[in-house]
Amino acid sequence: MQELFSDVIVPTADYISRIIVPMLEGTVVTLKLFFITIILSIPLGVLLALARISKYRLLSGAVGTYIWLLRGTPLLLQVFFVYYGLPNFGIILDSFPAACIAFVLNHAAYLAEIFRAGIQSIDKGQYEGAKVLGFTYWQTMWRIILPQTVRRVLPPVSNEAITLVKDTALVYAIGLGELLRATKIAVSRDAVTSPFIVAAVFYLAMTFILTKVFDNLEKRFSVYG
Amino acid sequence: MYMIEARNIHKSFGDLHVLKGISLTVDKGEVIAIIGPSGSGKSTFLRCLIHLEVIDSGDIIIQGQPFAYETEDGKSHYVPDKQAREICKKLGMVFQNFNLFPHKTVLENVIEAPIVVNKMDRKEAIDIAEGLLSRVGLADKKDNYPSQLSGGQKQRVAIARALAMKPDIMLFDEPTSSLDPELTGEVLKVMRDLAEDRMTMLVVTHEMGFAREVADRVIFMDNGEIVEEGCPKEIFHNPGNERTRSFLEQVL
Repeated sequence: MQELFSDVIVPTADYISRIIVPMLEGTVVTLKLFFITIILSIPLGVLLALARISKYRLLSGAVGTYIWLLRGTPLLLQVFFVYYGLPNFGIILDSFPAACIAFVLNHAAYLAEIFRAGIQSIDKGQYEGAKVLGFTYWQTMWRIILPQTVRRVLPPVSNEAITLVKDTALVYAIGLGELLRATKIAVSRDAVTSPFIVAAVFYLAMTFILTKVFDNLEKRFSVYG
Repeated sequence: MYMIEARNIHKSFGDLHVLKGISLTVDKGEVIAIIGPSGSGKSTFLRCLIHLEVIDSGDIIIQGQPFAYETEDGKSHYVPDKQAREICKKLGMVFQNFNLFPHKTVLENVIEAPIVVNKMDRKEAIDIAEGLLSRVGLADKKDNYPSQLSGGQKQRVAIARALAMKPDIMLFDEPTSSLDPELTGEVLKVMRDLAEDRMTMLVVTHEMGFAREVADRVIFMDNGEIVEEGCPKEIFHNPGNERTRSFLEQVL
């Protein structure tokens, strides 16, 4: 198989200029999926975390089951289920919305557990301090508990975000033209492997920026010592 | 009308019977010190009065309004949450561990509840907060975070934060117990000022000096019961009960 590839592994500038446009187009799809997932899965994850620690057993149990299912099966299987399985129930989705739904539901499950741990790490004195001042449950959560949770969950959320960038490559399997698919097309067409290097650089650039963003957030949230 | 009236309060944690029929009335402007050995139920009693713990049986009446009441089955119920919050607003509480909000500055800690709970205008809340912070001697620390303060300063902020809600009654749960000895004085001074302003205060404390000099009435609790109560002079100089006497011998 390897003998079919004729190039040296390091791509030439000339070759890069030929493949860069489709790869950038693929990156746009990757980034779209990334941002939609992040933006929707964070609030959903917060709600799931609050439901998970709710005193209403039914709610907490239902969310526990949800998290078990979504963390306990492969993300790719979930993508397949939404894209190929839901039409059996009369829900027919294009590949991009299908990918978004599966990704949001999956990542929200992981984030919910991170947020739950963060919320439960806040000292119970904070609840008591708020309660004796007359705060309601939602005022306590929104003004006192969740803001303190943010700082504690930043490192694990950063992990999740980096994982998410690379997970986007899975949607290649339902024919979405994201970065890895654009790469694979170039590889197959030109019988060269160097586009893989270009793709790796793209992924690394994205995760590098993400790492920096989270570093900055951590610094900003460290002011209160 | 009493500021607080507690009748025959019982409370257990599992098999542990922590409060065995506590009854107490508090008059307006009265300063009451609750003393007693660790595990005697002092803090639990205070926490029950502000709904941080739930009593098993008995009644609590705050300024004439039922707060928790015993029904015919012998079990007590607190009034519904919304009503309970309104009644709780008449009570301020200061904790042993301060429980300041670490992500907010000193000023933000003090204005938070008036703005969020009482929907007070921010400017007005800041005016009041700055007044209170000067009163506790921390006007210059308003933009600091709690982590930048000493224990005594934290506790003074906590007192200002409670006062910002204009409570009629202040509850203090061992306010100086987690402080270094040299820092207790500044907190006790603020409490003394409050007492001089005739704030109604219930103070669970190990500071016998404070109890003797500031309290109108001292209550000695042991093993979930009020063993003895009276004016500081009686309790400290002529305790009628053997348990009170031996406790005071140990701590004085």
